[in-house]
Amino acid sequence: MWEQIRANKRKSLMLVLAMALVQMGLGFIIGAALFQNMSGAEQVGAAAATGGLLGLMVAGFIWLVLSLVAYFQGGQILMRASGAHRIEKRDHPQLFNVVEEMTIAAGLSKMPAVYIIDDMSLNAFATGRSPDNAAVAVTAGLLGKLNRDQLQGVIAHEMSHVINRDVLFMQMLGIMLGTIVIISDVFLRGMFYSSAGSSRRYRSSSRRSGGGGGPAGAILMILAVLMAVLSPIMAYLIFFAASRRREYLADANAVVLTRYPEGLASALEVISHDTKSLARVNKATAPMFISNPVRKAVGAGAMNTHPPIDERIRILRSMGGNVSYGTYQAAWAKVGGAKAGRLPASALADKKQFAAREAHPDALKKKSQKEQLREAGDLLRKVNQFAFVACACGLRIKLPPDFKRDHVQCPRCHRDIAVPAAQLAAVATVGQQLSGEGGLGAVAPQQAAPAAPQVLEFARKGQDWTSFKCACGGTVTLSPSFAADRVTCSSCGREIRIKRASS
Amino acid sequence: MGVGIVLLILLAILFFVVIAVIGIFNGLVRLRNQVKNAWSQIDVQLKRRHDLIPNLVETAKGYMQHERDTLENITKARNLAAKASGVNEQAQAEGQLGQALSSFFLVVENYPDLKANQNFLALQEELTSTENKIGFARQNYNDQVLGFNNKIQMFPSNIVAGMFNFTQADFFEIEDEAERTVPKVSFS
Repeated sequence: MWEQIRANKRKSLMLVLAMALVQMGLGFIIGAALFQNMSGAEQVGAAAATGGLLGLMVAGFIWLVLSLVAYFQGGQILMRASGAHRIEKRDHPQLFNVVEEMTIAAGLSKMPAVYIIDDMSLNAFATGRSPDNAAVAVTAGLLGKLNRDQLQGVIAHEMSHVINRDVLFMQMLGIMLGTIVIISDVFLRGMFYSSAGSSRRYRSSSRRSGGGGGPAGAILMILAVLMAVLSPIMAYLIFFAASRRREYLADANAVVLTRYPEGLASALEVISHDTKSLARVNKATAPMFISNPVRKAVGAGAMNTHPPIDERIRILRSMGGNVSYGTYQAAWAKVGGAKAGRLPASALADKKQFAAREAHPDALKKKSQKEQLREAGDLLRKVNQFAFVACACGLRIKLPPDFKRDHVQCPRCHRDIAVPAAQLAAVATVGQQLSGEGGLGAVAPQQAAPAAPQVLEFARKGQDWTSFKCACGGTVTLSPSFAADRVTCSSCGREIRIKRASS
Repeated sequence: MGVGIVLLILLAILFFVVIAVIGIFNGLVRLRNQVKNAWSQIDVQLKRRHDLIPNLVETAKGYMQHERDTLENITKARNLAAKASGVNEQAQAEGQLGQALSSFFLVVENYPDLKANQNFLALQEELTSTENKIGFARQNYNDQVLGFNNKIQMFPSNIVAGMFNFTQADFFEIEDEAERTVPKVSFS
C-alpha cells in the first residue's frame, strides 16, 4: 500500500505541473497582451516581457493566497460550507465504531474526526491534507438509509481518499483551477466592458501612443482571449480526469480494506436511487464525495468528477469471491471493455489475495426504514441543539433550541408536561461547548442557525383531519387532536411549521 | 603505490558494506516495531472484548433464566482467553470465545424483551464493532508480519537478520476448524 502512495505522488506531481503550466501560461499571455496594448509599438518585445512577468506575478499571488488559505483552513472551510457538525461517540456509536474499524484496518495512527451533514440527500466525503488531520463527513440521510455493512463500505472508500492523499491533491488542483477561472473571468469581463463602454476613450488614447501596439499587439490580444477561453476548459478536463481515476482507486482500496465488495456495491446502489442533490455543493468540492453530489439528468463523460455509478457497482459485483487490486482490475476490464482504464501499476503490484467475507448478520436484519430515518432525524436535531422530553403517552417531544418556557403541551395527548430545567440547561451548555471548542470555532452557533433543517410552513384551517403534501412529495396528515405548532414529515424528516389560520 | 590503492579500494568497500548493514538493520528494526505495534492493537481490542463480556452477561442474566449454560460458557471462555499468553494459545482461546459468543447471539433471538433492551442493544453494537476491530487489527498484523518475515528470509537482509538474531514473527491465525463451525445465523 505504501509503495503505491509513493508512485501516486509522482504521477500527481505531473498533473499538478501540467495544471501549473496552464495557469502560468495564462497569466503570462494576458499580462503581455494588456501591457502591450497600453504602451506603444516602439518597445514591442520589452513591454510584452514586462507585462508577461507582471501577469505571472499576479497569477502566482492569487494562487499563493488561495493555497495558503486552503492549506491551513481547507478542511474547516469545506466542513462549514457544507454545514457539517462534529459528533462524538455518544451521538452515533455505530458510525463512530465503523470509522474506528476502518482506521485500524488501514493501520492509521490517528482516527479522523467524524462529522454529520445536515442534509437528507445521500452522500459522504473526506477532508484533511494528511491522515493526521483528516475528517470524514456523512449526510444524515445516508445514516438513515444504509445498514452497517454498507456504511462500512462508504467509510472505507472515504478513508482510502485520505490514505492516498487524494484530498491534498484534489485540493491543490482545485486551487489552480480556481485561480485559472478567476483570472480568465476577470480578463474576459474587463475586455467586454472596456470595448463596450469606453471604446472611444481607449481608441483616442491608443491613437496618441501609436496604434495600440500594432499588429503584434493585436495578435497577442487574440492569443490572450483564446487562452482565457480555452484554459479553464483544459483545467476542468485535467481536474475531472484526475478525479475519476481516483474514484476507481478508492473503490478498489475500500474493497481491500473491508474484504467485502458487496457492502460498497449495495451502498452505491442505494445512493444511486437517491434523486436529491446535496443542497450546498459546488464543482470544486465535488470530487471529495462518494458519488457526484450534483445530480443531473445526463452525465457527460469528460465533464464529470465521478465515473458512472452503475459501472462502479457492476465492477464491484463481478469481482467474485477473491479480493485484491488484481481482481478489481480484471473486473474493471470485463465491465468497461476497451474503455476500461488501469489502476496504478504500483497498486497492481500488491499481489495479496483475500477471500471475501460473509455479510454481517445484523446487515440482513431489516430495521424498519421509518425507524432508521427517525433515528437520523433525531440525531440531526441533537446536533442542532434540540432537547428531548418524553411524555407519558409514549411520545418523544422535541424542543427546538429557541424554546424557553418550562411547560409544554403534548401534541398527542394534550398532557401538560414540565420541562426539566436540566434539559434546557443541557441544550445551553451544548451550545457553549460547540462555540468554545476547536474545530468548528466560534462561528458554530451562527452556523447552526442556517444549517437547521429547512422549515416549511403550512396554514391549517380549523381542527379537523387535514392532510397536505410536504415539499418532498410525501403526505402529512394531522389528526383533530394534534395541537403542536410543528410536525415532522415522516418520509423526508423535514420539519414543517403549522400556522393556525383563524377561520 | 599498488598496495596503497588496493588498501583504499578495500576501505571504500568496507565503508559501503557497513553503511548497507546499518541501513538494513534499521529497516528490520522498524518492521519489527510495526509488527509489535500491530500486535498491541489486537491486544487492546481483545481486552476491550473481555471487559464488555461481564456487562453483557449481567444484562442478559435477568432475561435468560433458562440459558444458564450458555452464559456460563461465555464467562468460562472469557476467563480462559484473558489468561492465555503467546500468539498461538491466545488465538485458540479467542476462537473459542468467539464461538461461545455467536452461539449466545443465536439464543438471544428467542428473547424479544432482551433484544429490545437499550442497554443490551448498545452492548451488542459495541461487541459487534469490537469483533470487527479484532478482525481488522488481525488483518493489519498479518500484513505486517508478512512484510517482516519476507525481509528476514530474503537476500541480502537475511544475512543481517542472522547476524543480529531477528526471528520470524507468528501469524495470528484462528483455527480453521473453529471458524468453520461458527453457526450461520439467519433471521428470516
